Amino acid sequence: MRPGLMTRRRALQMALCGTGTAALGGCKILDSLGDLDNPVRAYMERANALTQAAQRGLLDRDALAQEFQWSDIRQPQRPNGVTNPQDSDYVAHVTTDFAQYRLQVTGLVTRPLHLSLDDLQAMQQRTQITRHDCVEGWSCIAQWTGVPLSAVLARAGLKPGARYIMLHCFDTIERSLSGGVKYYGSIDLVDAMHPQTLLAYGMNGTRLPVANGAPLRLRVERQLGYKMAKYLRAIEVVDDYSAFGRGRGGYWEDRGYEWYAGI
Amino acid sequence: MATHSEKPTWVKRQTRVTRLTHWGWAVSVIFLLGSGLQIFNAHPTLYLGDQSGFGFDNAVLVLGEEGRAFPAWATIPSGIDLATGRVVHFFFAWLLVACLLIWLLGALLSGHLLRDLILKHGDWRELAQDLKEHTQLRFRHRRRYGPLQKLSYALVLFGLFPLIIATGLAMSPGMNAALPWLTEVLGGRQTARTLHFLAAAGLVMFFVLHIAMVVLAGPLNEMRSMITGWYRVDEGE
Repeated sequence: MRPGLMTRRRALQMALCGTGTAALGGCKILDSLGDLDNPVRAYMERANALTQAAQRGLLDRDALAQEFQWSDIRQPQRPNGVTNPQDSDYVAHVTTDFAQYRLQVTGLVTRPLHLSLDDLQAMQQRTQITRHDCVEGWSCIAQWTGVPLSAVLARAGLKPGARYIMLHCFDTIERSLSGGVKYYGSIDLVDAMHPQTLLAYGMNGTRLPVANGAPLRLRVERQLGYKMAKYLRAIEVVDDYSAFGRGRGGYWEDRGYEWYAGI
Repeated sequence: MATHSEKPTWVKRQTRVTRLTHWGWAVSVIFLLGSGLQIFNAHPTLYLGDQSGFGFDNAVLVLGEEGRAFPAWATIPSGIDLATGRVVHFFFAWLLVACLLIWLLGALLSGHLLRDLILKHGDWRELAQDLKEHTQLRFRHRRRYGPLQKLSYALVLFGLFPLIIATGLAMSPGMNAALPWLTEVLGGRQTARTLHFLAAAGLVMFFVLHIAMVVLAGPLNEMRSMITGWYRVDEGE
């Protein structure tokens, strides 16, 4: 073998090693590209818009999430996020067994509503056994009973310009010096009107437990768990969600998670 | 060992499409792996079936508690940050799929796919000999891929890539409603997640072997062919 080739080969090997080391050391620098206000992250987030457009294009508006059998329910529904809110108004509702609870339906509606649990249970009812997919990666199958959100919205009557449903919750998910942050989220009308989208008050044949969002939680079966707000206090019909929180449409969305969680 | 010809034979081995998509894959796979390990760390347990067993046991791999199954140097970003990991993962997933589609179209049109990647009768006959030469670290620089090259590239392009894309899609609740059969065929969402992880492990194995082969077979010639397209062929090949 010619010595010249040897040198070239060794030079390249050294270059490769150097690149490797630089890449490892550069990880910390690369990390900052992922910060919420970094334009590189903003660019990468455009892929989420592509995902949403692709899935919405592929998905029939009313295509159902897979439903399962009673025998597929093999464990209690795993609770996540806040599981026992200590907010005083919520605790008061728990002690009175939600007798005074009223779901507020406000915003761009022709008839604002205040619905008790009895009112909600007297409305159209749907029961479905579905798989809950958490953004962390796990899944859990449970049965959900509730009123389709579309029925509640039909009763309230949507005004022109209505585009999103904001969900306001009882539970404080984050405590900070400037006070607590109560959970909030949003979905658009495509999901709000979907037949499997429920305001659920029952789970696995019993009343919805506190850990799973009593007295009322959202089910949006074609998206991930963080879109399905628990401890619902009010739903507000809006044309734009940028005025809420940091403007990305929900508590987790404001912390970097995508607004469309169908993936 | 092959001797160096005084008048080397040069061939234009790789088309522009193959070169571009090759580097697109290289970058995508690195970022997908790092961000994938970040995502995996959020719940470092793999299961079989539709759901994750909390009240029963269907786990097939448990890699420690939530948060730090894979260390910081292996994840993108390095800190615990599922949200950013997902943004990176889905961006490069689109890039990987785009490269695959562009390459597929180009490789079909140029004949590269049928000519260079499908193992023919002769390739199967030569496979044992090729394997023997590789274990002896003897590498021939030919105009066309050898049988082992064809086999490993075809395994990635028509095996691991489609599997990792399909299992990734099968984990999406939106795609699950659009294509319910996909998740079903793959054995349920949690089985799909396990297969996704295994396919990633397969790609890592390919990646390591691939780099090792490039370095051993002559990194300058191999790199040049994937950057400029030009490859120096051994005398008599």
